[in-house]
Amino acid sequence: MRNERDFPSAGGAGVGQGVGARLPRKEDDRLMRGRGQFVADIRLAGMQDVAFVRSPLAHARIRAIDVPERYRASVFTAADLVGVKPIRAVSGLPGFKISEQPVLAIGKVRQVGELVAMCVAPTRAEAEDIAAAVTLDLEELPTVYDMRKAREPGSALVHEEWGDNVFLETNFEVDISRAFDAPIKVTREISTARQCMSPLEGRGVVATFDQRLDQLTLYSAAQMPHITRSGLSECLGMDQGRIRVVSPDVGGGFGHKGILLPEEVCLSWLTMRRSHPVRWTEDRREHLTASSNCREHHYRITVYADRDGRLRGIDCEATVDSGAYSSYPFSACLEAAQVASILPGPYLMPAYRCRTFSVATNKCPILPYRGVARTGVCFALELMLDLVAAEAGLEPGEVRLRNLVRPEQMPFDNITKKHFDSGDYPEAMRRALASIDINGVRARQRRGEMDGRRIGVGVSIYCEQAAHGTSVYSGWGIPMVPGHEQASARLTPDGGLELRVGVHSHGQGMETTLAQVAHEMLGVDVARVRVILGDTAMTPYSTGTWGSRSMVMAGGAVATACRELGERAGRIGAKLLQHDPAAVVLQDGAVRGVNGSVTLNEIAHTWYRRPQDLPADVDPGGLEVTSGYKPQRDSGTFSYAAHAAVVAVDPDLGEIEILDYVIVEDGGVLVNPMVVDGQIYGGLAQGIGTALYEEMPFDAAGQPLATTLADYLLPGPTEVPAPRLDHMETPSPYTQFGVKGIGEGGAIAPPAAIANAVNDALRPLGVELMQSPITPHRVVEAILAAREAERPAA
Amino acid sequence: MKPAPFGYERPRDLQAALAVLAEADASVKIIAGGQSLGPMLNLRLVEPELIVDITGVAELKQVERRDDELVVGACVTHADIEDGRIPDVTRGAMRRVAGNIAYRAVRNRGTIGGSLSHADPAADWISALSALGAKLTLRSLAGSRTVAIEDFIVGALESTLRAGEIVETVHVPAMPPSVHWGYVKSCRKTGEFAHAIGAVMIDPSAATVRVVIGAIDSAPIVMTDADELFGGRITGDYKERFDPRVADAILTKAGVSDAAHRHIHVNALKRAVREAAA
Repeated sequence: MRNERDFPSAGGAGVGQGVGARLPRKEDDRLMRGRGQFVADIRLAGMQDVAFVRSPLAHARIRAIDVPERYRASVFTAADLVGVKPIRAVSGLPGFKISEQPVLAIGKVRQVGELVAMCVAPTRAEAEDIAAAVTLDLEELPTVYDMRKAREPGSALVHEEWGDNVFLETNFEVDISRAFDAPIKVTREISTARQCMSPLEGRGVVATFDQRLDQLTLYSAAQMPHITRSGLSECLGMDQGRIRVVSPDVGGGFGHKGILLPEEVCLSWLTMRRSHPVRWTEDRREHLTASSNCREHHYRITVYADRDGRLRGIDCEATVDSGAYSSYPFSACLEAAQVASILPGPYLMPAYRCRTFSVATNKCPILPYRGVARTGVCFALELMLDLVAAEAGLEPGEVRLRNLVRPEQMPFDNITKKHFDSGDYPEAMRRALASIDINGVRARQRRGEMDGRRIGVGVSIYCEQAAHGTSVYSGWGIPMVPGHEQASARLTPDGGLELRVGVHSHGQGMETTLAQVAHEMLGVDVARVRVILGDTAMTPYSTGTWGSRSMVMAGGAVATACRELGERAGRIGAKLLQHDPAAVVLQDGAVRGVNGSVTLNEIAHTWYRRPQDLPADVDPGGLEVTSGYKPQRDSGTFSYAAHAAVVAVDPDLGEIEILDYVIVEDGGVLVNPMVVDGQIYGGLAQGIGTALYEEMPFDAAGQPLATTLADYLLPGPTEVPAPRLDHMETPSPYTQFGVKGIGEGGAIAPPAAIANAVNDALRPLGVELMQSPITPHRVVEAILAAREAERPAA
Repeated sequence: MKPAPFGYERPRDLQAALAVLAEADASVKIIAGGQSLGPMLNLRLVEPELIVDITGVAELKQVERRDDELVVGACVTHADIEDGRIPDVTRGAMRRVAGNIAYRAVRNRGTIGGSLSHADPAADWISALSALGAKLTLRSLAGSRTVAIEDFIVGALESTLRAGEIVETVHVPAMPPSVHWGYVKSCRKTGEFAHAIGAVMIDPSAATVRVVIGAIDSAPIVMTDADELFGGRITGDYKERFDPRVADAILTKAGVSDAAHRHIHVNALKRAVREAAA
């Protein structure tokens, strides 16, 4: 049987319900009416609430935990958790030092907010009362709060047994000495602030034990329920079959919800100990001070170039503040080790060196946040390219065009052996420059502004390796290596379609987009496709949703399972039509031949309800298929985008307004362009947060200083402009339909584009900002410093 | 983030409220809109034994025009002022200030008296009403007293409010047509507390000024003498005569040691002066 929908033409659809259709999201009917069910909405009979006693100090030895007599039965410490193992996220990279994260602190605490005791009561308020009554006798230790000081000899040690504070050091070099004689050499230090991911919904856990099934059920706001199950099994010493993890509706993940939490282990243990369901809901203070930290990078970077702006090489030392523990499953070196391989971005260069340090400090473990290392890398490299442009006397856009990988080079292996699958990077940059009207902005700058503000324009471009698979992750040796992605497809007796996939959707719209894939393959109306996600008992194993992989991997798996299901239905249909199976086609939800057609409804009805109508030699496989998928190459898809921003900077108040923002994006073939638009809008908002607002400062005692959303500023609707989007759709040659992963990209480029625009505006004043976020105070400070430097010596 | 246990009273009239406050031998907090106290309770930054909810006290929601001032009850919300549900004697100045306080959700519940009682120097009313020359009536069972706003706030989250005493009314003087008004605040994002506030009420015909530098770490700086900032008696060209170096020196003297902070404060004030002159 032929399936005419195997390889539709790229971008040609846009109508109907299949690949390319701008279909409204099915899940929005529930979510937009407030009818979603999140962890905090779950009510189980007899459920009690948990509050934690957390460390008030960043680094201290625990001398005693004093629990008032009346609360003894309601408070649990590490001493109670007999047999529970610490969380261990080991990387196989050579030299990686292992941290053990006890689920409740043992011996000492290594970060503010670390769990010390678990308090359970009928309500959260009562549990917090109990927590407030527990007193900790702590002996304060010197704090490791600055990742660069942490590497100096004599620093206090987060993990004494290591002898230093470095989780991992990596070195990568290609011919760097050949760049040293370049006529342009620019060196800078660049840094990005520590951030908190801040999804609308924080983490949350409900744990309960089913005696009949002899099974622990953990409801958790999680992106990767199967990985959570593996982690729980390792910590609790339980067979995986005795654990079910259910992730209900999730209000944004961004990486934060891919991590196994000590809280998840604690509550799992507690429900088995207490024989009633227990719940913990992360509050915003816990989220900000004790969890979800990300992004803190420092770069010392030198870029070498010829006079014409062509890159000769990059030499970099990158340091990432990994915090106190290696988080499960991504480990403490995900960010820094990736920096080395992705820093060159989409640029051509003959020489390169990068040394990275993943440094342990007395802060929360650093977690992967949308864009992961790429946001910092893009910020560092793109700021440097603007300096090269200034040295070469060229437009920043022109320097990019001279160095970007060209379409005729595709597929292309760059200097760190990243395999670019397809794309036209210079075209994206050209379109962005035209769309932002670079010449018009330059003319406006020459005219000046009536209100005294200064206008600047900035660009940035990046590549986003997505859905990278076995060959990439096996080398890392972390607890999770993705293989073939599985999907199950089942026709129901009334001709509906059920899809089961192990990834999860927490804003990505996969209940819609995966249904579109199924529609593309089988012609089933998307209204009759049910997508079942987020439950280890109901879905095939998957590493889950991370790394912009779900549309490529789960989409490919759904297509594969549906193709096989279609073939089986076709064989049954051919029998019913009394045709040779090779002479029928599956089209618009029906099996068709010259004798007529039979719908999938009829085929399903016959298979399940009227098997007496089937011939004896019918294929016994039935109408339920689980199948697996991997792209032809699993080194990842490469999507990319050029961003361009125009800003107005007020030198008096330091305020920055984004006047215009353009994104030219190439995510391969788009399954639902409207969903992609939404992804980009959301990513841009987060990128603006990184650029201008979000920062978790710490004092020298390791205390986090932004403990509420009054101090930790997130962009709101008035801070995010309506960007102008332009899609290029260069198919990936390796994936089903030619799709690429695009989930993270929106958050990668904005900090660089905005910072470059601010620096463009202020360069005539001698101002250069190399640190995110660019706050009014930092703008004014830099302007005053530049004025001071210009003042002739007395 | 749940409050520690507390007692709760919701008196129905002012006399009853004052009686509860007077009788309480425990730590007491008055709650009106709860837009600051609510989060502080949840964060357990305050753990009062008793909360007295005054939202049921009708007298505190009254507004009346008395001679040349408007008397505003403490429980009037920012939104009441923003939307013009109460009379205005400031030629729109108070409505504009109210409309830029935090977010609409906060303005719907937050009250003018609550904001003043909280005495957060970064909040709007402390600075705006200081510039407008407003006064407060504070009442307890023992009687009442009147204080100027600038005498009421003495530091960050610190006022002269005594135990058992409540902000009853705000007295806003009517603004004559000859007065120029300017109010500028600098926030990093919409709805955030201000990092700098400049407020000026200048009457060139009467040669009077009220100048406020707000949102510093202590009580706002209130100046009623034009000599310093404007180099002498106020005249129609005051905009040109405003001297930012003097403002900078005043801030230095007030303990604002960070030059970038001073720069932002001085420029916020400069813009308020410019707005007044426009």
